[in-house]
Amino acid sequence: MSAAQVTPQVTLRGVTKVFPASAGGNPVHALGPIDIGIRKGEFFAVVGPSGCGKSTLLELIAGLAAPTEGEIEFEGRAIGDNVPDGIGVVFQEDACFPWLNVLENVEFGLRRKAIDADEKARQAAAVIDMMGLREFARSYPAQLSGGMRQRVCIARTIVAQPRLILLDEPFGALDQQTRLLMGDEVLRLWRQTGATVFLITHALDEAAMLADRILVMSARPGKSIDLVETGWPRERDSRIVERENFGTLTSRLWKTLREESLKTMGRTG
Amino acid sequence: MSRLRLYQIAVVAGFILLLEALCLAGVIDKITMPPPHIILLDFFRMMMAGRYFDEIGKSLANVLVAFVSAYLIGVIVGTILHGHRTTREILDPLFATYYAIPVFAFYPLFIVMFGLGDGPQILIGFMLAIVAVIVTTLNGLDRVPPVLKKTARVNGLSALQTARRITLPFCAPYLLTAAKLALAYAFIGVIGSEFIMARSGMGYEISYAYTNFDNATMYPLILLILLLSIAANSLLSRWEKILLARRGQG
Repeated sequence: MSAAQVTPQVTLRGVTKVFPASAGGNPVHALGPIDIGIRKGEFFAVVGPSGCGKSTLLELIAGLAAPTEGEIEFEGRAIGDNVPDGIGVVFQEDACFPWLNVLENVEFGLRRKAIDADEKARQAAAVIDMMGLREFARSYPAQLSGGMRQRVCIARTIVAQPRLILLDEPFGALDQQTRLLMGDEVLRLWRQTGATVFLITHALDEAAMLADRILVMSARPGKSIDLVETGWPRERDSRIVERENFGTLTSRLWKTLREESLKTMGRTG
Repeated sequence: MSRLRLYQIAVVAGFILLLEALCLAGVIDKITMPPPHIILLDFFRMMMAGRYFDEIGKSLANVLVAFVSAYLIGVIVGTILHGHRTTREILDPLFATYYAIPVFAFYPLFIVMFGLGDGPQILIGFMLAIVAVIVTTLNGLDRVPPVLKKTARVNGLSALQTARRITLPFCAPYLLTAAKLALAYAFIGVIGSEFIMARSGMGYEISYAYTNFDNATMYPLILLILLLSIAANSLLSRWEKILLARRGQG
């Protein structure tokens, strides 16, 4: 396969993260060593037991934190302690600015772009349309539901046309139906933008439904214990759960994860 | 006008009418308090004649100086303390018990130290106001969600840009609350100290009128202070309401 020869868009080599000891405690070895190569344009998901360092992994790739050891490259350049241009992040928590309306929130995502105000408004409006928020462009976040606020955050991220979108459990705070529909939405955006998507989630079905490849992480310190290729077609949506091999896939993930999850609960399987 | 507002006005109007009735019936004698309509007439007479305008101007200027300096220094100190955890923890008990201390108890000391000029009056207003500003500023800064700071970094904002575009707008309602408190405390501090350690100003004139049974001066001045303080406070409250309504907390 030619894809294997192409340099990955994101490369992690021997990455670890150790948090220094807080007063009276021991240093926390949160992550790694871990090696990952994320291909350009793929939908890559990471699952793992809670506290395994999934979010730390995302923060390292985003440049929000620096690894203790190892190196991370984005498009061939090392990520330092700074967020590189071309990477967008959507967090689990509501990250809307409550003092700005939807349009202004989305326009904020364009602040690095050297374009005039009219063009900013035009591009923001286009993304707002795409996210089905047109009639709420002048509303403030407090007037919107949790799912809609998360859509605003996604719109603010994709308006900048990132080449890599990092999603940190973006649907964690939403109800199940909204989560499934948001999954469809993310798949649609993934196809339309051609960006690489890196999704952190604790929901196995979510990972199985959305991703091309799924990395399964061990209990802390988080290491790679399995890498599953789903083999889904690029054109897909949440109805993929009806397929026969969806069940096989999810049970494979659970089989790998069950023991790890028990470890984090202090028991053995 | 909302039903609630009507009730609020009714309560105030009812209270004034009750006072009027009690005064006219002689339950409250004339030397204690003239009926409210007389106070109002005296008030207009005083305003038309421009009497005490110098005194009023002097008091308001002192309130303004105390308010502005306590507010600016308070916000700056609060911001610095937010970044210095240990200093903050050392000062916490002081902040917690600060308003339990009656500052006016020290007035003989203040007179000895500062005399009867404007300085000590402003200082008392300043001292009463500043801690409320520091505490409210810290409270606002504590509440900035970490995810908004991360969003700032993801969008390439520098520390200064983050302060201006994220922290400041997030804390705006807290800063307004701080302004409201500071203004109220500055009024209390300045006018209060004029009663006991000044030779001019509204507070001094009220206490002078009081010792001379000059109700025609005392009550209109009290009314004026009431009106000024309520007006300033409602202006800030209105602004606060607009900010909060936008965030669904109004």
